[in-house]
Amino acid sequence: MAAFDEITVREGVDQETVETVRSVGGRYKYGFSSDIETEYAPKGLNEDIVRLISEKNGEPEWLTDWRLAAYRRWTGLEEPSWAMVHYPKIDFQDQYYYARPKSFATRPKSLDEVDPELLRTYEKLGIPLREQMILAGVEGAEDAPAEGRKVAVDAVFDSVSLGTTFKEELARAGVIFCSISEAVREHPELVRKYLGSVVPITDNFYATLNSAVFSDGSFVYVPPGVRCPMELSTYFRINAENTGQFERTLIIADKGSYVSYLEGCTAPQRDEHQLHAAVVELVALDDAEIKYSTVQNWYPGDEEGKGGIYNFVTKRADCRGARSKVMWTQVETGSAITWKYPSCILRGDGSSGEFYSIAIANNRQQADTGTKMVHLGKNTRSRIVSKGISAGFAQNTYRGLVSMHPRATGGRNYTQCDSLLIGDKCGAHTVPYIEVKNNSSRVEHEATTSKVDDDQLFYCRSRGMDEEEAVALVVNGFCREVLQALPMEFAMEAQKLVAISLEGSVG
Amino acid sequence: MAVPAQKFELAAHLLAARPVPSGEAAWATAARAAAVERLTRMGAPHRRDEYFKFTDPAALVAPEAPAVSHVAPDEKAAFADSDQLRLVFVDGVFAPERSDAVALEGLEIQPLGEALRTDIHWAREVFGKLEERGQDPVHRPLAALNTAQATQGFAIRVTGVVRRPIAFVYERSADAVDAVVHHVVRLEEKADLTLIETGAAASRFSGVTEVDVADGAGFHHVRTQGRDHERLAFTAMFARLGEKSTFKSFTLTANGRLTRNEQIVEFAGAEGVAHVAGACLGDGDFHHDDTIFVTHGAPDCESRQVFKKVLRNGAVGVFQGKILVRSIAQRTDGYQISQGLLLDEDSQFLTKPELEIYADDVKCSHGSTCGAVDETALFYLTSRGIPRGEATDLLVLAFVDEAVQEIEDEGLAADVRERLAGWVARRRR
Repeated sequence: MAAFDEITVREGVDQETVETVRSVGGRYKYGFSSDIETEYAPKGLNEDIVRLISEKNGEPEWLTDWRLAAYRRWTGLEEPSWAMVHYPKIDFQDQYYYARPKSFATRPKSLDEVDPELLRTYEKLGIPLREQMILAGVEGAEDAPAEGRKVAVDAVFDSVSLGTTFKEELARAGVIFCSISEAVREHPELVRKYLGSVVPITDNFYATLNSAVFSDGSFVYVPPGVRCPMELSTYFRINAENTGQFERTLIIADKGSYVSYLEGCTAPQRDEHQLHAAVVELVALDDAEIKYSTVQNWYPGDEEGKGGIYNFVTKRADCRGARSKVMWTQVETGSAITWKYPSCILRGDGSSGEFYSIAIANNRQQADTGTKMVHLGKNTRSRIVSKGISAGFAQNTYRGLVSMHPRATGGRNYTQCDSLLIGDKCGAHTVPYIEVKNNSSRVEHEATTSKVDDDQLFYCRSRGMDEEEAVALVVNGFCREVLQALPMEFAMEAQKLVAISLEGSVG
Repeated sequence: MAVPAQKFELAAHLLAARPVPSGEAAWATAARAAAVERLTRMGAPHRRDEYFKFTDPAALVAPEAPAVSHVAPDEKAAFADSDQLRLVFVDGVFAPERSDAVALEGLEIQPLGEALRTDIHWAREVFGKLEERGQDPVHRPLAALNTAQATQGFAIRVTGVVRRPIAFVYERSADAVDAVVHHVVRLEEKADLTLIETGAAASRFSGVTEVDVADGAGFHHVRTQGRDHERLAFTAMFARLGEKSTFKSFTLTANGRLTRNEQIVEFAGAEGVAHVAGACLGDGDFHHDDTIFVTHGAPDCESRQVFKKVLRNGAVGVFQGKILVRSIAQRTDGYQISQGLLLDEDSQFLTKPELEIYADDVKCSHGSTCGAVDETALFYLTSRGIPRGEATDLLVLAFVDEAVQEIEDEGLAADVRERLAGWVARRRR
């Protein structure tokens, strides 16, 4: 962290914040690589590779055709260049699109049969792949609540899912939690109905690429009225060299159901850049609620910007049902390049979307991230709270869209985005798009503080706080509440981040 | 994303439609050629350009100006009461017989064409130069086109404090006419000038003003864009500010089918102050776009952007504002607010309040809100016996007044307020 030490931090910036950012940006803890014999698909991308991936996953014809349609479309597309990120042109033919551990030639029936070396990788990362209370043996456990909680985990290693835990217990509740390749085999009707219904193959360059070559990812279906009995989580690990990871996650919360899903990701420290282009689709039907939390910690490259993951992710939630609710929470600390806009299509009347983001960019990292809240239904609500911190030579951009359709009467949006610069070699940028097409909606971008929950504000103010303090308490309290719900291995780090004060923020 | 090929074809058409003036001084010829080259390189504006996302430029670059008849407004001309040097343009052409004699203390003023034919002239440092600086990082092809072709306008050099404002009055008489006007203004050290612009100008107007404000000088600009409903207008003002200088600009736009106002302000010296404000009242088939770009290229400067838009009957208001703070510009104080008031279900407010910051010790805030008239405030007023329509008017006027307050001259501000009151009163009839 030589670059960091030379920077004098101006007055007014909280020293604790600087220390926290410094520790986050310090040595990358997950940079080890595992010695796993891996088989690759041939380098490059063409129709044969797409067919090969489909065949490896044992997919039905409709899906192979779907992939091929995406591939053909992708060949006619150009990479988007509007984001405030700069990197050398990616050679999409100089990548492996499929890599799986050799031991997966015959698919293990359960986690017990998985190569112990693979399991050790996850152990080293602190990810519980045994069906245990996550309390045991996890860093920071002494601060945990006494009772402990169960978390079901899907572990995705390069292009394959190693398996999921707590299958039976979840099945008893009617919840389906498995890898997407398994879902294609076991629940084709659900996959066919929902896959691509939120992010179609025509969506954008990276989503189209993902549709053609996605290899694994998680699938969740929560039946009507079911509150998923435990947290679900997927842990993505890139291990193989020169290999992109293209996972696809599909979560469907049927009427009146609830699910909380967590996602974590790491990769070894390598000198080359590696590509990660994921697609996440969430579907929330009437009265359903999905909480989707991410702790993104891909390898960010070294201090000089050598290596690191290019993270081009399309995440979108379709609040299809009335009164449905989706909450995105993200803690972004990794990746050399981040291009990510978790979004909500608020289609159902009275549906709501929330986006809480903490993005920290250090050294030569570049992050262009934000959200889209597209209000289509009546009385829909959205709230955006984004904190961006840049240090070293990093660039951090918030890019967001709030759109109130003419028919989305009675809509509400509150957006707040703060950024903090540590040092004068980095940059913080804000690019919000606000489109209001009816007059009964109220949209506020950081202008007034009145749209934070009025009752809570009133309570705080009646206790003698001024308005600003009250808003800070309510907003931060909210974030903290969300992050406390993360599993232990995420929560310790994430909570440290939330403690970051943006006092002295630039805009 | 692929750049549409028609951008370049269209640029060629636009350049061919009006000859680049000949017989000018070598420096002016070079400036014109550079502008032609710029436009050829960047192409004509297109809906797929990032900064034309909310505003379709098609009507501004169509082969013919729209043939629409001029509606004489049923109100007196703006700022007619104040003492000013009136320079009248009819359909974009200077009409000396209707103007005051060009003589003011502390001022050199000359028609643009004359200046461009003079071999040694101060304007060579300004004409096309500030416009060129303003092309990066965002292309402004319509301004380059104007630089390449404009023959009308004035070159004004201010050497002292000028008490009497200069007023450009743009009158309209013909149905279909393109007016292309370009002014260059240079304020020498500690000079001060107020520039007023009023009138409907033409069925299609292109106006570019380049303002070079030297150290310690002050430039004040107040503009009303005519109520002529069918007109189209593109304007761009490029300002470069020296140390401890002041730039203040206010624009009132009431109607007009399509108006795009760009203001590009650059702080080149420390401790400058720039306030850019605008109020717009839109009714019916109305599209109004304010695109502001403030570059803090020096430390300790203060910028404010205050934009208020009242919209009804399907009117569309656009605000694209940006504050760019370079790493040298420490202790910048940047403020930006854009607010839309939608008086009915049909209107739209589209906005993009942007920040790009590379210095760590700065304060930049940007706010944007949009909504209907506050029901609680309406209830309060009606409960005090004020009829609902009148109460709404009061709230509309209060809403836009924050922008009007940016006008320093009380007399001019009062005139603007009167016009605003007239607008709301007419709407209610």
